[in-house]
Amino acid sequence: MEKKNNWRAWLYLAPMLILMIVFIFYPLFNAFVISFYKDYQPLLNQRAAGITFTNYTFVWNNYFFKAALKNTFVLAFVSVPVSIVLSLLIAVALNSIPKVKAFFQTVFFLPYVTNGIAVGMAFAVIFNKNYGLFNAFLDWFGIEAYDWIGSTATWGRQITALMIFTIWDSLAFKILVFASGLTNIDKQYYDAAKIDAASRSTVFKRITVPLLSPLILYISITSMIGALKAYNSVIGLFGDKLGGKPRDMITIVAFVYQYRAQYANIGYYSYAAAAAVTLFLITLFFSALQAIVSRKRIHY
Amino acid sequence: MEIRMEKLTKIFISKDKKEVRAVDNVDLTIPTGKLIGLLGPSGCGKSTTLYLIAGLLRQTEGHIYFDEDEVSEMPPEKRGIGLVFQNYALYPHMTVRENILFPLQNLKVEKEEAKQRTYEMAELVGLQEMLDRKPKELSGGQQQRVAIARALVKKPRVLLLDEPLSNLDARLRLQTREEIKRIQRETGITTVFVTHDQEEAMSISDEIVVMKDGLIQQMGEPQDVYDFPTNLFVAKFLGNPQINVFDGEIKNKKIYIDDMIVSETKFPDQKIIIGIRPEGFNIDAEEKSQLVFDVNLVETIGRDTTLIIDMPGQEAGLLDKKSFKVIVDASYRIGSGHKVHFTVKPDKMHLFDLNGELLK
Repeated sequence: MEKKNNWRAWLYLAPMLILMIVFIFYPLFNAFVISFYKDYQPLLNQRAAGITFTNYTFVWNNYFFKAALKNTFVLAFVSVPVSIVLSLLIAVALNSIPKVKAFFQTVFFLPYVTNGIAVGMAFAVIFNKNYGLFNAFLDWFGIEAYDWIGSTATWGRQITALMIFTIWDSLAFKILVFASGLTNIDKQYYDAAKIDAASRSTVFKRITVPLLSPLILYISITSMIGALKAYNSVIGLFGDKLGGKPRDMITIVAFVYQYRAQYANIGYYSYAAAAAVTLFLITLFFSALQAIVSRKRIHY
Repeated sequence: MEIRMEKLTKIFISKDKKEVRAVDNVDLTIPTGKLIGLLGPSGCGKSTTLYLIAGLLRQTEGHIYFDEDEVSEMPPEKRGIGLVFQNYALYPHMTVRENILFPLQNLKVEKEEAKQRTYEMAELVGLQEMLDRKPKELSGGQQQRVAIARALVKKPRVLLLDEPLSNLDARLRLQTREEIKRIQRETGITTVFVTHDQEEAMSISDEIVVMKDGLIQQMGEPQDVYDFPTNLFVAKFLGNPQINVFDGEIKNKKIYIDDMIVSETKFPDQKIIIGIRPEGFNIDAEEKSQLVFDVNLVETIGRDTTLIIDMPGQEAGLLDKKSFKVIVDASYRIGSGHKVHFTVKPDKMHLFDLNGELLK
């Protein structure tokens, strides 16, 4: 492009750029800076008294932050793989019933267009100890009624309920992506495999999954990032207590939010920022790890 | 392995609910150990026939036998066939070795033996150096040979090839067709391949089967089909340049084109269609014959001269005049505008009734 025309390009980019700078780039940068401020209380008109690393040591040693790390990691490393495997199987199953595929695709996609908080509240009813569907279902197998999300629920039961909800909620998008990926696979590979006497499971393992591997990578990175940011699901299922017992199901984002907004609405901005930067580093680490591992495993 | 089809029919239902008889009541026997070309224009049912033999499509009616073994209701993997797809369908994420090994792994062939057979196949198709490459690192011709190796490694009873040369450039095509012929000879496997290219079919097939509209038009050795076409379609489909087609008439045991006597015949008086191959004309140097044409254009390429002549019996001044071609030896020096007397070689002339069936 000729130089004199450059201002036009900038002009067209300006609306988006300005919004991004004001609402994304500057806050990102600022959060990083704030995380090193000492005694920073903007709502009390108290400016930073210097630079310090103690915000990080406070956060990393905080009991709730450790609980949040544990909950978030369990969500990310259990629910993400489970939901990927489930959605892949469902997508493949859908693909083998072409006549009703469109109908079921719509059914499976509905959760995606439904508000997460509302669905969470529905799930809260499902997991209710006394009149919930889940306990009624377990009752058929002679399993006694447990408290899943109430104040007497153990950590294990709460996280189980949270994961069931998270997995169900995240299936829709994955199924959609995998289903469209499957329709892009040349049917001749399947004909060839049929003639090569491949069983159904061989076809799935050695043809479908490898050919979908770029999509599987994409889905696993995006949903890993999504799971590390879990917050909505906790609010939806447990309300703003963040657990059957308060803060049992706290996540990193919930931790950030609490330190930003609570404590008499004054908040500890620097602690929240330090936790947020920590989350950013964790996310960066796992995304990079996945990208590197997959570069070795996806070759085509 | 002899392949026998009895009253084989495949009907597709199109979107507007019409029935399309892609393969219509076909009776065909493919002899053991031969290389057979299924030839026809697109939509003639040749690929459908191939997929019916493979079992990837199920016939609407009829039966298929491999020798005495009826395979009509068998799934493809039970039939013992090797199929090479038009665009090869090599698994892109597997190496050449893994691609060839794949069928053997599925058949639970013992590991050492599978390794051995994979190597032998790679050797047969000349790719033993390429075993660790991915398909996309190979040329089109090499991919084709991997596909053939993958099809042959499980020792099928029948090898099927769907348009094996259509994805290759002209030079590779010549090379690959020799290669297919060689591989077929070396293995002695009954091979059926589909093509729309008559030259391809004629050059490598032991026998060709010409199809049109789901029906078999003629089967036989390529040169026999060329020399003795049973109808106008076959006569027109084989040969390049195409056979010349004239409207003619038989009167008093003489064949006429536009009032010029071509030759004598035993057939009764009637209107007919005359097909004469471009190489079927002799130049009558004594200028005694009645068959005289004005030469319109002359193209000399090496040993042959092609004369392009206006079709007789057309109104003067017609814009898109039809013409026909005569191929003569280049030693004749003929310029455009010359009047030339011709005689016709009887074995290069075929007489058809107005429905296009050979006069008998």
